Amino acid sequence: MGRALDGWLLAQTLRDPGGTVALGAEAWTALLAIARAEQMIGTLAWRLNGLTVPPSVAHILADARASAEQGRVAALWEAEAARRVLVPLGVRVVLLKGTAFVAAGLHAGQGRSIGDLDILVPRAALDAVEAALLEAGWEWVKPDPYDDAYYRQWMHELPPLIHRDRDRMIDVHHTILPLTARITPDAGALLADAVELKPGLWALSPNDMLAHAAAHLFADGDLAGGMRNLWDVHCLIAEFGTDGLAGRAAQHGLSREVGRALRLAAALYGEGARLTPADRLYLRRLTARDGWGRATRPFTRMAFYIRSHWLRMPPAMLARHLWTKWRKG
Amino acid sequence: MDDSRGDIVYRMARPETLKITHLDSFTAVFHRASGITHLVTSPVPEILAALGEAGMRRVDLMARLSVDYLLGDADEAALDARLDELVAAGLVAVA
Amino acid sequence: MRHVFQVRIGPVGFRIGSDWRAPIAQLEALYAAYPKPVDGVPDFTVRLFAARSWRRVVRPAVMIGGDYVLPEAAPLPLAQGLLAAEMGMNLQMALGQRHFLLLHAAVVERDGQALILTGVSGAGKSTLAALLSLRGWRLMGDEFALLDPATGLLHAFPRLVSLKNASVATVAAEVPVDRLGPVLEGTPKGTIRHLVPDAAALAGMDVPARPALILFPSFGYESATRDVAQSEVFVRLTQASTNYVAMGERGFDALTGLVQGVPARAIDYPDTDGAIALVEAAWAAR
Repeated sequence: MGRALDGWLLAQTLRDPGGTVALGAEAWTALLAIARAEQMIGTLAWRLNGLTVPPSVAHILADARASAEQGRVAALWEAEAARRVLVPLGVRVVLLKGTAFVAAGLHAGQGRSIGDLDILVPRAALDAVEAALLEAGWEWVKPDPYDDAYYRQWMHELPPLIHRDRDRMIDVHHTILPLTARITPDAGALLADAVELKPGLWALSPNDMLAHAAAHLFADGDLAGGMRNLWDVHCLIAEFGTDGLAGRAAQHGLSREVGRALRLAAALYGEGARLTPADRLYLRRLTARDGWGRATRPFTRMAFYIRSHWLRMPPAMLARHLWTKWRKG
Repeated sequence: MDDSRGDIVYRMARPETLKITHLDSFTAVFHRASGITHLVTSPVPEILAALGEAGMRRVDLMARLSVDYLLGDADEAALDARLDELVAAGLVAVA
Repeated sequence: MRHVFQVRIGPVGFRIGSDWRAPIAQLEALYAAYPKPVDGVPDFTVRLFAARSWRRVVRPAVMIGGDYVLPEAAPLPLAQGLLAAEMGMNLQMALGQRHFLLLHAAVVERDGQALILTGVSGAGKSTLAALLSLRGWRLMGDEFALLDPATGLLHAFPRLVSLKNASVATVAAEVPVDRLGPVLEGTPKGTIRHLVPDAAALAGMDVPARPALILFPSFGYESATRDVAQSEVFVRLTQASTNYVAMGERGFDALTGLVQGVPARAIDYPDTDGAIALVEAAWAAR
């Protein structure tokens, strides 16, 4: 592979693991650093499992698989802990993102790094959910009245809670985008069409998983973690196809985002796609890593960072938000 | 709440889900489903042994413990609390 | 990055990149006798970089980055760049090591058997390990014990020994100056000077050893030795491990195996001579 040592090296390896036979020591070193920086070392390790790689690399990848497995166990237990507490409320507790993938045994979950436990519950149940979690040993992470009011008024989730014994965070969402975003996905439909994994634990339908991944990527952040997010998209499509996806995306007001996610995932990991100029800019930003795992192309990054704030909050609100932050120093 | 618990049958988590090692007066229990290590001491190992895989109700557990281990002074409230902790930790299952 | 150094310490390969030449030059000199990473592919990457490009030259402050980072890691002045590199390497081990159960401990070996010295910082494990290595023991490491869950054996990690404050003079009096790094004054931990492990430590860095004794040294008390119960050893070693939880069942197996198979004692010592005598006595009585 005569590739530059950037995010494309990781993408190309995930698409075609056999291509690694051509990698030399420097490229392997870069690939591992980039995969770690994108939090995809476990995914890479599973993708290369069984292939002949240099002994040192085999060693590192085996450790990464073991580490991902331990992460999977911990994530599933955290979901189980939440399930036990929330089952008596009789509301749907929908697992999101990585935990949902591993709980449902999806390809996207294989080797995936999983951080906090993200769940979606009906907005009307938010207070009851919060009370039940507090009763069962979860505590507020930061007792800051401004941040708290901000979260409650404008965000799509409760302020994060952490369990006092297990030291694990839970994010309780009632929809998949902040209320300040211009797009308002149909949260009721997300819940209504969820799939029960085991009594009391649900996952989004495959098309809603795709809609969520797209929303998360383009409307709810600065594209950080984008390569992993698009790998999720790629795996979900490979497993479930795209039947009914266009209609569902339209229902959530996410047609543009879902369309772009499909094109970018195909460009990175699949058969390629007809790209718009904006798509190319996104790809440039998504793959902006050097062989040391460092984020490169800072100007592209900054543009996206500002953009993500604007998307989330109408302008006056952003000014107020920043002002409060500045005042606090 | 206490009344409704009377008929609940508690049993030890399936043996293949636990790894148990004795370290002098303590017992280290590795719980595979959570990846969490519990370092426990009396009466927890006794409770786990008494419940076994068959399991039993709370009153029967109390009776068994007082016969087998002379834990006669263990009051019911304390036992309830231990049982709840063990259930939360996954070491004891509600049948 | 502009300047790069690669090294293998025991089973672990590192790549250190730096915006400045000076820390790399120091690493090259002090690690001159060490091998390079297996296959040329290091396990971990460390980056020493300037927060802003102009800070490369104006009051240069070394930020520590790498595969695994702590957001709160504060920068160090360029004069302490060597320390920054060592901290960066330690950080990769502490946060990223998943093959070995990692114990914050010094390890020395004699007759194929390993002695683990562990305890809170300031208990002098680096000093003790350095002094023991001058008295017939092989230094396996002054910072991390690497316990292989598959075999129960300890692997050597003989990085530069980090001598602090009073122990700098104690050890420097016994070794040739070419085995000592620059004196680093005013670091967050006081004065630091690195010691290059001896030829035996380097020649044996790929030879693991079976653990035979665990000691918990405490400095500043009258000489005393007591047995430590297995449950206490277990708890203290989980607290001394940075990756026990992340290692999952392998960590549990490795640690319970170690605790059940190896005797443990706490030793209190008033001075370094007393410590050496207590260690030798405990070793003989193991």
